[in-house]
Amino acid sequence: MGVCRDGAENRLEEWGKLKMIQVEHLTKTFRVAKRRAGFRSAFRALWSRQYEEIRALDDISFTIRDGEMVGYMGPNGAGKSSTIKVLSGILTPEGGTCRVNGRIPWKERKEHVKHIGVVFGQRSQLWWDVPVMDSFFLLKDIYSVPDAVFRETCTELTELLSLEEILKTPARQLSLGQRMRCEIAASLLHRPDILFLDEPTIGLDAVSKLAVREFIKKLNHEHKTTVILTTHDMQDIEALASRIILIGKGRVLMDGTLSDVRACAKDAGASLDEMAAALYRAYEV
Amino acid sequence: MKLYWKHLQMHLQSMMQYKTSFFLTALGQFLVSFNVFLGIYFMFQRFHQVAGFTYSQCLLCFAVTLSSFTLAEVFFRGFDTFASCIANGEFDRILVRPRGLVFQVICKKVELTRLGKLLQALVIFCYAVPNCGVEWNGIKILGLVLMVLGGTVVFASLFVLYAGICFFTLEGLEFMNVFTDGAKEFGKYPLGIYGKHILVICTFLVPYALFQYYPFLYLIGQRSEAGFLFLPLLSCLFSIPCYLFWRWGLRHYQSTGS
Repeated sequence: MGVCRDGAENRLEEWGKLKMIQVEHLTKTFRVAKRRAGFRSAFRALWSRQYEEIRALDDISFTIRDGEMVGYMGPNGAGKSSTIKVLSGILTPEGGTCRVNGRIPWKERKEHVKHIGVVFGQRSQLWWDVPVMDSFFLLKDIYSVPDAVFRETCTELTELLSLEEILKTPARQLSLGQRMRCEIAASLLHRPDILFLDEPTIGLDAVSKLAVREFIKKLNHEHKTTVILTTHDMQDIEALASRIILIGKGRVLMDGTLSDVRACAKDAGASLDEMAAALYRAYEV
Repeated sequence: MKLYWKHLQMHLQSMMQYKTSFFLTALGQFLVSFNVFLGIYFMFQRFHQVAGFTYSQCLLCFAVTLSSFTLAEVFFRGFDTFASCIANGEFDRILVRPRGLVFQVICKKVELTRLGKLLQALVIFCYAVPNCGVEWNGIKILGLVLMVLGGTVVFASLFVLYAGICFFTLEGLEFMNVFTDGAKEFGKYPLGIYGKHILVICTFLVPYALFQYYPFLYLIGQRSEAGFLFLPLLSCLFSIPCYLFWRWGLRHYQSTGS
């Protein structure tokens, strides 16, 4: 009996190594208070409140291999951020399983988050009033990164993201593009195997966008970091993602490459955004 | 602990960016509680005694409650402002860091401007301790320290409880102030003066009386059981259900959209 089980476990482990992220039948619903506009209905809602169940994730399954760069695409409210939040251990789903590096994110949170980096494009993780470098030092201690490794990583990131000039500036005085570069650096200080990027190029100018894209590509190439990227910017997807997962209304609609997306667009000369729009319309999401 | 110190340094560093604001807030905090002090002072100008307790004895109670409330505010402010922590998504950030959640929430905010209030409490202690007619000895001083610490734990637990409710709703949480700020006002006087029912509530439901009233009775010699001095330790047990409630709320955490 014992031998049998060990064998099975080993096989599972090997499988897990090849497939960095396995998501199976993930579901998550949110309960949202529903009420109509106006004072009277607000008043009524004081006593009886109606809730609406929103299925943010509805039976989502996919696997992502080691070192892949995946673009996670979908219209607003499709469940992109929710998936990222489940995968990074922030949310607990109601149903389904999910293993990242063989761990269940919401059950082994502390161990799990040591190996991932997360960038929320719309939220900062830097300390507002102190120089960026001080935030980095604090992160070093939070993740207990050894001195030598930290120095090396820092030098590399500083060079690749050209942070030299801005590390001594307090975060509140940085431009959006500068801040985003620092955010990305901050989430890579502990050398994660997986990087989640939630709208990393939102609001950036052309130069910063290109710099960020270039960096992500290099990171994936040199460190084999698995990158999962949600964005509305189709050019991000074109530049970065070798694979696209399209979701809408909490379901996986398509899992393929950019050329699959192109095939959906009837008009060959269509721009990337038009293709995306055509795709969303085709799936009625 | 080293990591907490690092966080503290960051807070200090941030605060030094806004020097004037820091000193003004600290001064404001001092003045606010000074008002309360004046309130008690003027009352005793007229009455001299409240339910058999002298002015200095009441001040001792007030100082215990104020200092423990303030200590809780300084170090557990992260839980007190937990609603905003959830609303602006900072809690998501906390969840993706490989450290204990409670520890991180505590680190999130250290409210050093409250030191003005703490100073106030110290001043009152300095006045009340020699004047309240207690014959101080080693064990009684230890008892007083326990009262303050026990109170800090109780108020901190209330903040944790409040934070636990934040997982379910972010609205209408003002009522929790009855238990925190309200208790602070309440605690100006020995809790026994409010009557038996209130005392029962303050003993068994939210154990304010365990750190403020009973040990105090022993200090001023109304009761002789030395065990009363160690009741504040019992009040620390209040933290357990509060913490469990918070953990339970955590499982219902829904995050906020972005």
